[in-house]
Amino acid sequence: MWESFYRNFITNDGYITVLQGLENTLIIAIVGLVIGIIIGSVVACFQVAGKRNKVARGFAVVGDAYTAVFRGTPIIVQIFLFHFVIFPVLGIRFDGLIECCIVFGLNSGAYVAEIMRGGILSVDVGQLEAGRTLGLSYATTMIKIVIPQAVKNVIPTLGNEFITLTKDTSVAGYASIMDLTFAFRTLTDGGTNVMAPYIVLAICYLIIIAIFTVIVRLIERRLRKSERR
Amino acid sequence: MKEDNAQPLSEEVLKTDAGQAPAKKPKFVKTEKTPVEPFDPEALIEVQHLTKSFGELTVLNDISEKIRQGEKVAVIGPSGSGKSTFLRCLNMLEDPTDGYVFFEGNNLCDLHVDINVQRRRMGMVFQQFNLFNNMNVLKNITLAPVHIGVGELRKAKRKNFFTKIGNVFRGKDKKKPLVPVETSAKQIKAEANENAMRLLARIGLADKAKVYPSTLSGGQRQRIAIVRALAMNPKVMLFDEPTSALDPEMVGEVLELIKELADEGMTMVIVTHEMGFAREVATRVMFMDGGKIVEQGPPSEIFGAPKNDRLKDFLAKVL
Repeated sequence: MWESFYRNFITNDGYITVLQGLENTLIIAIVGLVIGIIIGSVVACFQVAGKRNKVARGFAVVGDAYTAVFRGTPIIVQIFLFHFVIFPVLGIRFDGLIECCIVFGLNSGAYVAEIMRGGILSVDVGQLEAGRTLGLSYATTMIKIVIPQAVKNVIPTLGNEFITLTKDTSVAGYASIMDLTFAFRTLTDGGTNVMAPYIVLAICYLIIIAIFTVIVRLIERRLRKSERR
Repeated sequence: MKEDNAQPLSEEVLKTDAGQAPAKKPKFVKTEKTPVEPFDPEALIEVQHLTKSFGELTVLNDISEKIRQGEKVAVIGPSGSGKSTFLRCLNMLEDPTDGYVFFEGNNLCDLHVDINVQRRRMGMVFQQFNLFNNMNVLKNITLAPVHIGVGELRKAKRKNFFTKIGNVFRGKDKKKPLVPVETSAKQIKAEANENAMRLLARIGLADKAKVYPSTLSGGQRQRIAIVRALAMNPKVMLFDEPTSALDPEMVGEVLELIKELADEGMTMVIVTHEMGFAREVATRVMFMDGGKIVEQGPPSEIFGAPKNDRLKDFLAKVL
């Protein structure tokens, strides 16, 4: 079994496909997370601000609906929907990679919104009051004081979300994106020699996740600088 | 004053209603507000018929009060009497259910008045210090002055930019003058830093400028919180039980600083349980109970010859 894998991987230039897949997987995961954090933070801010501002409450309702839809459907269904229904109907032609980034971003945004909301609520309300009494506006206080502390609080959870997202990208192949899983599937000789490629695939994911875990730890330690240890 | 509601409400009062509807009121009953009385120009802060209720619970009940420039007002009273709420209503951290607060002639309850601009002139110190945990001490102090200074600078520059564009189409003698811009963002930052270091040196914590608040003791944190409020050059300082969360050891250093400020002529409103301090520093002591100011007067009278039974009872317990 290893001989055929070796043949496919090295002799038939399979490693190029794999590297391509690895690149796509990482791009989708990272860009998806960035989009997710941006969308999630905005939604969370509206949800938190909705308590005292009528305009924000309107946006918060939209955010709630968004969260419900994207948390309530599986990611693979979302990919199908966007790839085969929504984008064609709207007449938008995106590169498959960009399409995936958008879908994964929207998906993770729904989860990040809840994570961020929890993070913002975990910051002592006195911090907001202190900012307001100094004459800073609500928005400034949120951006400069509350959200940085909220982000620090949610980094472990956010890392968790990142890892989940990275693993979820394995379904990107259904939208004919050459991701890591899809790349290894091309090395199975059409499904006859599956053992070696899939074992290596699993190990690849393990290594990626291990690296991400370390990175998240480092970021967390850096952000916890302001706390007494 | 409530009987006067028959007269038509002014436009301004109606606008003030927006967004402040108290909770738990029936939806279609319009909450009628006490009409605005003319503002007394001698007072720095004037409170008119201030009422605050949280749902069914009325915390402040129709308080009218004037605080003049240079006065040091100590607010004492049993817990739950509305002292803190009264103080927080003074700078709109709590929206009053009814009544108005005037600061330098501006009605803070009016939504047309930019509350952020007014708050810059009112420093506030909290029981729990509330230093920004994500910033070091120096940044804590300079954040607001720098942000506001730079914001105003940007606004002036933007205005100048549009005036310049407009001037192209204006006649030679009709050109609009530009707003003079003399500082730069860098200079504002440098000045704020300098000011902050000066203030820190004054409280003897200049060496702590770069550390984070979590590494400081309670007394140090509270003194930095006071200095942070001072960095905005406030007209009045509001202290919300500044020493209640401190170790007995640390109380002295904070009170010392407040006393110094008082001697410099800062107008202050202090909610406190430190009776000795109130007696020493205050020019006027208010005793609050059940959402009302029951008795007030100079400290010698309040502590020496209390008239109200509730106050006598209270003083007997705490002194």
